[in-house]
Amino acid sequence: MTPLLEIEDLRVSFPTPTGPFDAVRGVSFSLGRERLGIVGESGSGKSLTGRSILRLLPANAALSARRLTFDGTDLLSAPTRTLRALRGSRIGLVLQDPKYSLNPVMRVGEQIAEAARIHGGVSAAEARRRALAMLEAVRIRDPERVFGLYPHEVSGGMGQRIMIAMMLVPEPDLLIADEPTSALDVTVQMQVLAILDDLVARRGMGLIFISHDLDLVSSFCDRVLVMYAGRVVEERNARDLAGATHPYTRGLLQSLPRIDDERAELPTLSRDPAWRDG
Amino acid sequence: MSGDGSVTVRDLSVRFGRGSQAVHAVRGVSFSVAPGESFGLVGESGSGKSTVLRVLAGLNQDWQGTATISGLDVASGDRRLPRIAQMVFQDPYASLHPRHTVDRTLAEPLAIHGIGDASRRVEQALMAVGLGPGFRFRYPNQLSGGQRQRVAIARALMLEPSVLLLDEPTSALDVSVQAEILNLLHRLRRERGLTMLLVSHNLAVIAHMCDRLAVMNRGAIVEEMAVAALRRGEPREAYTRQLLLASLGYDRAVAASMVSYD
Repeated sequence: MTPLLEIEDLRVSFPTPTGPFDAVRGVSFSLGRERLGIVGESGSGKSLTGRSILRLLPANAALSARRLTFDGTDLLSAPTRTLRALRGSRIGLVLQDPKYSLNPVMRVGEQIAEAARIHGGVSAAEARRRALAMLEAVRIRDPERVFGLYPHEVSGGMGQRIMIAMMLVPEPDLLIADEPTSALDVTVQMQVLAILDDLVARRGMGLIFISHDLDLVSSFCDRVLVMYAGRVVEERNARDLAGATHPYTRGLLQSLPRIDDERAELPTLSRDPAWRDG
Repeated sequence: MSGDGSVTVRDLSVRFGRGSQAVHAVRGVSFSVAPGESFGLVGESGSGKSTVLRVLAGLNQDWQGTATISGLDVASGDRRLPRIAQMVFQDPYASLHPRHTVDRTLAEPLAIHGIGDASRRVEQALMAVGLGPGFRFRYPNQLSGGQRQRVAIARALMLEPSVLLLDEPTSALDVSVQAEILNLLHRLRRERGLTMLLVSHNLAVIAHMCDRLAVMNRGAIVEEMAVAALRRGEPREAYTRQLLLASLGYDRAVAASMVSYD
């Protein structure tokens, strides 16, 4: 079976007064119908990697790759019209902050229904029915009431679940989730992850889960890529993340406080310049 | 001047808004923190944990109940209170004035309280938080998130308080930077015998930093326990057990068993 997504030698750079800054430097991976985690700290290039797949980069970014294909479509050479047909309907993107992702002057339910109508090609009545069902699926208790609310009337956690509902209602084949649960309380986070888990297991959706939370990624994903300074420094089975060998991954894991340990001092990371290339 | 550093809160109640729109954000919260102790308040968003801290810092003036720091009534607005208890906020991108240099930010509390010798004190504070004198005349936009949070901690130390009120001090930071800041707070507490009241949604951070903790939900304390009991996985209340399980990473069965405590 051919992979859903294939990326080879992906590079993103930005012009600066002192020459180009390479934010993503030769990332390669392929994705099947699985949960792939990408972890790293701020500036590691993990979010840009996710956005490159949708070709949603800032206008001044230069993108190149030896290969960037989604289900047989070459995303690098695809015309805008093809990309627009993929975005939202076949490849969904969930961002961290619902404040900037929801339309502030449109009822949240209408936004979800719009996604179902445009990408799913269903009637207005069916779109409304699907939007309500999806609100219920993301554990919103009173979907009818929430349907009619505006974004400023919902809490951050609820806004995030609405975003997720909007992205899932067209039933995409690939979902790129960039820190989708970082703003959520841990109990809500668990429930949202269970929804994503179901979609991968039942519908065979591919999921790219971008996060800074190593413990969460190792417990939720199948496979993990660890990024540092624009490169993948280590790839592991998620369950086996504790056995990581790269000093950066090991350093990150050790610097996490844990409920069951009594270390007074946490080891801090001393960054080795060689990690940029090693 | 800085008192013994004890904190007591009795039957604290905070309401926002009026009439049918009123939100009862804190409902009859009581706890006490001994001098030099580190106490954690943990809870999910909207549990009222930050509101409790803001009352103690004097940032919220409309409340009922009793709150004292080093024996001084918080409601009195006593001018000595800011010299005893200082606060560090969650977001160092928002809590530092963008057009003030580090020097001006750190010297301001001294000027307000009529304390001299500002130059030496600013340098000492920068050293104490692991920033060299080279940082003194920088603006916040020339600092990383971790460096900003160090400046915010230095500012809180300027008046040599005995109590630090910490509101999610590391949740806006990367994990490796979080470790540095937690180590710094640990060292400051040890060196200065500080009392710490730490608010966080992260049980692991609380377990790392505190001796005791109180778990809050919907404005009330669900249970108070020693961190040792948390480590052994022995919370009494179902709510705390669920919070603990959810903090340990994703588990399909645990996710399915979640119940709502609203």
